[in-house]
Amino acid sequence: MSTTAPVEDLTVDHEVVDTTLSSRSRILRAIAYAVLGLISLVWLGTAVDGGTAHLVFDGHTVGLPAKATVIVVGIVILAIAAWQGVRGFGRRATPWAAGIAFLLFMVAFFSWVSTQGTNPAIDVVGLLQNSIALSVPLILGALAGVMCERSGVINVAIEGQMLAGAWAAALVGSVAVTWVGLFGALAAGAFMGVLLALFSIRYLVNQVVLGVVLNVLAAGLTGFLFDAFMANDSEKFNQPGVLGEIDIPLLHSIPIIGPLFFEANIVVYLTYILIFGVDVALFRTRWGLRTRAIGEHPKAADTVGIKVLALRYRNVLIGSAIAGLGGAYFTIGSVGGFAKGITSGNGFIALAAVIFGRWSPRGATAAALLFGFAIALQNNLSINTHAIPSYLLAMLPYVATIIAVAGLVGKVRAPAADGEPYVKQ
Amino acid sequence: MSTTAPVATPETPAPAPAKRHRSQAWDTALVTLLSFVTALVIGAILIAIADRQTRDSFQYFGHYPGDTFRFAWSAIWHTYQALFYGAVYNPNTASHGTLVGYLGPISETLTNATPLIAGGLAVGVAFRAGLFNIGGQGQIIIGAVFAGFVGFHWHLPAGIHLVAAVVAGLIGGALWGGLAGLLKARTGAHEVITTIMLNYVAINLLGYLLSVRGFQAPPYGQAIANPVDSNAQLPLLLGDSMRVHAGLLLSIAAAVVVWWLLTYSRLGFRLRAVGANPAAARTAGMSVENSYVVVMLISGALCGLAGVSQVLGTNPAITGDIDSGIGFDAITVALLGRANPVGTVFAGLLFGGLRAGSPLMQAYAPNELVQVIQALIVLFIAAPAVIRAIFRLKTSGTSVGADLAKGWNG
Repeated sequence: MSTTAPVEDLTVDHEVVDTTLSSRSRILRAIAYAVLGLISLVWLGTAVDGGTAHLVFDGHTVGLPAKATVIVVGIVILAIAAWQGVRGFGRRATPWAAGIAFLLFMVAFFSWVSTQGTNPAIDVVGLLQNSIALSVPLILGALAGVMCERSGVINVAIEGQMLAGAWAAALVGSVAVTWVGLFGALAAGAFMGVLLALFSIRYLVNQVVLGVVLNVLAAGLTGFLFDAFMANDSEKFNQPGVLGEIDIPLLHSIPIIGPLFFEANIVVYLTYILIFGVDVALFRTRWGLRTRAIGEHPKAADTVGIKVLALRYRNVLIGSAIAGLGGAYFTIGSVGGFAKGITSGNGFIALAAVIFGRWSPRGATAAALLFGFAIALQNNLSINTHAIPSYLLAMLPYVATIIAVAGLVGKVRAPAADGEPYVKQ
Repeated sequence: MSTTAPVATPETPAPAPAKRHRSQAWDTALVTLLSFVTALVIGAILIAIADRQTRDSFQYFGHYPGDTFRFAWSAIWHTYQALFYGAVYNPNTASHGTLVGYLGPISETLTNATPLIAGGLAVGVAFRAGLFNIGGQGQIIIGAVFAGFVGFHWHLPAGIHLVAAVVAGLIGGALWGGLAGLLKARTGAHEVITTIMLNYVAINLLGYLLSVRGFQAPPYGQAIANPVDSNAQLPLLLGDSMRVHAGLLLSIAAAVVVWWLLTYSRLGFRLRAVGANPAAARTAGMSVENSYVVVMLISGALCGLAGVSQVLGTNPAITGDIDSGIGFDAITVALLGRANPVGTVFAGLLFGGLRAGSPLMQAYAPNELVQVIQALIVLFIAAPAVIRAIFRLKTSGTSVGADLAKGWNG
């Protein structure tokens, strides 16, 4: 604790990882790369029968010689593995190496998928669009988790907050205008946040227990109120419409990048702002320093005059409202109507993203994107190939999170006071 | 104290142990009862809001308020009456004079309570050792998969087949729970996180199995497994027309075993010691890591039993929703039962009754009402200070799970 507290400008967890990168974890990472390379070279290399892979980028089809692609990718990843094993990558280079290896592997993988069965063309941009669409609520949920847990309150109730937000967005959007539903979602998320904050901070209820109970409560209440109002009067109470797509001038006409990031609805743009905002606020502002202080060592924070409980209340409320916004994406952000259990476990995936992303906004966002990509990939593969059961692919985010918390790829450490109620002596 | 709540708060001194013990038990019972009543009252408000007639009459509330109250009262009365009819005793069906007419509702309550008791015991045992097993869902699924697979794939003589299938289910659940315990013991990975993740792994694994030939039932159109052999099914207790099955006896037996284990056995003492204060237990020479693995094996096996009673009793072919929310309801059962086996049995019966009554109640109010009531009961029990504030009771005792108030790193 004493080693991490004074570090201000760096994300604390990254610092921890880099200082403890032992030869053991260097070797482990090298093995991970090697496995990836060998899968590409040996398994995909033998499975691909030498046709042409078709990858579609924004309407333009790129033909790749499948076999050669797979083999070249395999060799390059093995080279990365060798470098990692012998020399290791520096602090800056590590994410690049991982990113390049991952990207290359996906190219090889899609080359293989494209030569399967009906020889489908892989719509890469479409896949990425789906990934982002699936990631948006995960990112918002994960940011909610980061906000709460950085200030020392465990938030297992992300699912419930999202569900409440989704419900309220549909109701308010129907009664008023679609976009007003966003405020309904924020309010409903914050309402769940009030319960979380009140019971955990004031009544000192175990926060995990509380989160689980709040999830049940949210599922029950939204289901009850859905049946009581929306199910019978759907044109009056459950037709909020869908938020319109806003094309950002100029930016949206950039090829590939444009349709990926700049042709979306307001929730997506709010997500961009929130990712940036939470990250900057948490690590570069007085509020952020205080938040991290009450999450790591509330007593010390209290002695220097920080109002621990008030700040916790505030952060939990803001965080829960963000989760509510994430819920709005399920109703007014995409399908335009509420259904029971519409969030279908996304809150728990968001929780996994918080942990996988080591309680940092950037990490959580990256994890959420990865999980969103895994889900999109699973949807895509279930259409294009039956060689990999989509259910097994769907397990990947969860297995990855288990591996991460088990410390097999670097130590994952929660804020020290996360989940511990603070009682002034 | 040790029988009413997992652990005493170290801050509260214990003057005059015997007298205090009695008042503590009384206090616990009172808070539980008041939590239940408060939850029902809030539920009643929801029923009134959901009732169309009440809502419509509210528009002329200023002119004729009597209507609103009359309609609201009628809606509330009918809803809770239907809940009672579905769960305990229904005079309408009893008038047929058949055994089913009299005992049908009770049979449904017991059938629903069976897996809840087993699951509640599982969560409760883990609580006592200081662990929060949130992975009931996954353990129930894996237990059901093991039991179901043995149930339809093997063909053994009557009796032996049932025993084999039950044991397989216990092993399946124990493996899935033990995995989380092992991860905690070896790497320190928090059990809440790993069990949540293992839930989803299990759900997807089940989804996969239900699409595989040999597991899925022909003609392979639906996600349902082969039906369990009749040799491997738990016998029905009250004849063919009622669903209550011998799984209930297994759950009760499990409650007795857990009670004995926690109260009299050395292992139970060790588990409780680890739960109360791991550092002290370690100093006393107990292996905390080993305890984590053992308790998660036990907890998983009990969830496996819940899966067994689902797949060999209630619903003898595995489907995608074989868990039907029991994994999470078990947590509420354990909290209501204060992590104590006797309390868990009663809590399981209560929530089983709520589940059994909800189909009949659905004619009057959406059946999520049951879920809301359940959540509210547990919320109030976890925060007795709220109930004390509402009913102006004296402050004493501690909340369930207070000993677990620690973070991800703990």
